[in-house]
Amino acid sequence: MFIAPVAETASVPIVARIGARRRETHDTWTLAIEAAEFSFEPGQFNMLYAFGVGEIPVSLSGDPGLQGPLIHTVRAVGSASQAITRLKPGDPIGLRGPFGTAWPVGDSTGCDVVVVAGGLGLAPLRPAIYRFLAEREKYGQVVLLYGTRSPADILFRREIDRWRRRLDATIEVTVDHADAGWHGHVGVVTRLIERAAFDPDHTVALVCGPEIMMRFAANTLKAVGIAPQRIYLSLERNMKCAIGQCGHCQFGPTLICRDGAVMRYDHVQSLLTVREL
Amino acid sequence: MEIRGLARLICDHPLFAGMSQDYCDLIGGCARNVRFDRGEYLFREGEPANEFFLIRHGRVALELMAPGRGPIRFLTVNPGEFAGVSWLVPPYRWPYDAQALELTRAVSIDGSCLRQKAETNHDFGYDMMKRFMTTLVHRLHAAQLQILDVYSARG
Repeated sequence: MFIAPVAETASVPIVARIGARRRETHDTWTLAIEAAEFSFEPGQFNMLYAFGVGEIPVSLSGDPGLQGPLIHTVRAVGSASQAITRLKPGDPIGLRGPFGTAWPVGDSTGCDVVVVAGGLGLAPLRPAIYRFLAEREKYGQVVLLYGTRSPADILFRREIDRWRRRLDATIEVTVDHADAGWHGHVGVVTRLIERAAFDPDHTVALVCGPEIMMRFAANTLKAVGIAPQRIYLSLERNMKCAIGQCGHCQFGPTLICRDGAVMRYDHVQSLLTVREL
Repeated sequence: MEIRGLARLICDHPLFAGMSQDYCDLIGGCARNVRFDRGEYLFREGEPANEFFLIRHGRVALELMAPGRGPIRFLTVNPGEFAGVSWLVPPYRWPYDAQALELTRAVSIDGSCLRQKAETNHDFGYDMMKRFMTTLVHRLHAAQLQILDVYSARG
């Protein structure tokens, strides 16, 4: 698994500028941040600093294969994330990164790939989806199963429509509840796993979403025959320093910022049911 | 001949996977083929629940009407799944609506006919109950997740 080296300046933010911003849902925005040349792996995150308010970890949600601004998708839920989503083009923002481990995109070559996303969890998975689709010939089945709250909460809707039109990937979306205007699936995302077509003996699964959803998804992926060592989750804890120094994101013997956020299910399976963690 | 054809459809449905031919024939005696156009209701809230539906093609939305909001969909039922469990327990009334989202073909099975056969043949009844319980428990767990609203901001 790819683990990024920690640069000496990783604890000091650079000052970047907000480029474009786009509203995704009622509380979620995608920001393009203008910064110097920057490369990252799918699944990595940056620490974004709203000056005078606070710093939060936010996954990169853009295409790592493209040059240009850094894309982050942020949900306004706390003081720092609300301040970040209020920033306008040209406003300064502090940025450190990239940090953390990556989705096993290269290691999945030749395999079927099942991507299971829940809610905002689609954002950290999007860079991996871009790479799978950009090098489509390297993979077997490519399956995206996305569950969210309601049709109004669907992220990257236009992009999902575009992916669906490709016809060489299976893209399924389900919502927890909907009104009569929605003609797609209604129900939990784990039901889509049971119906999806892939060869479990040769499948790599990438899962990101609320931890409860990830536990259920991992259990279902195991039940359909995918080995735990081929299931990857992106975990979230209280990340502060992002360089494995402060210990705020300790998760049993691991630090999520240093050893994650992307972790193999067989490495964390037993920890996920420890209530104290 | 018609019953045999239906029994084969029943045996092929995942709900009855691995069931003995005798039992499939028993169920086939209570079954008929049905078809619903898009927008047509399989059943409506409050009506007697006399049957259930093995979905073969199409898709069905389970929904509840909320004043001022219209119908709220909480589950879609796909081919290989079934719609309707209220025929199993009194008072045998539908607690929600089931609407075909597209042209839907299904096998309808008469609940009262099936209950009678299960009462007469308890081995058959137990086999049936185990099959329904599996799906019901899965749906219960799924409903618990939906109620928890894990995708909300605090999720």
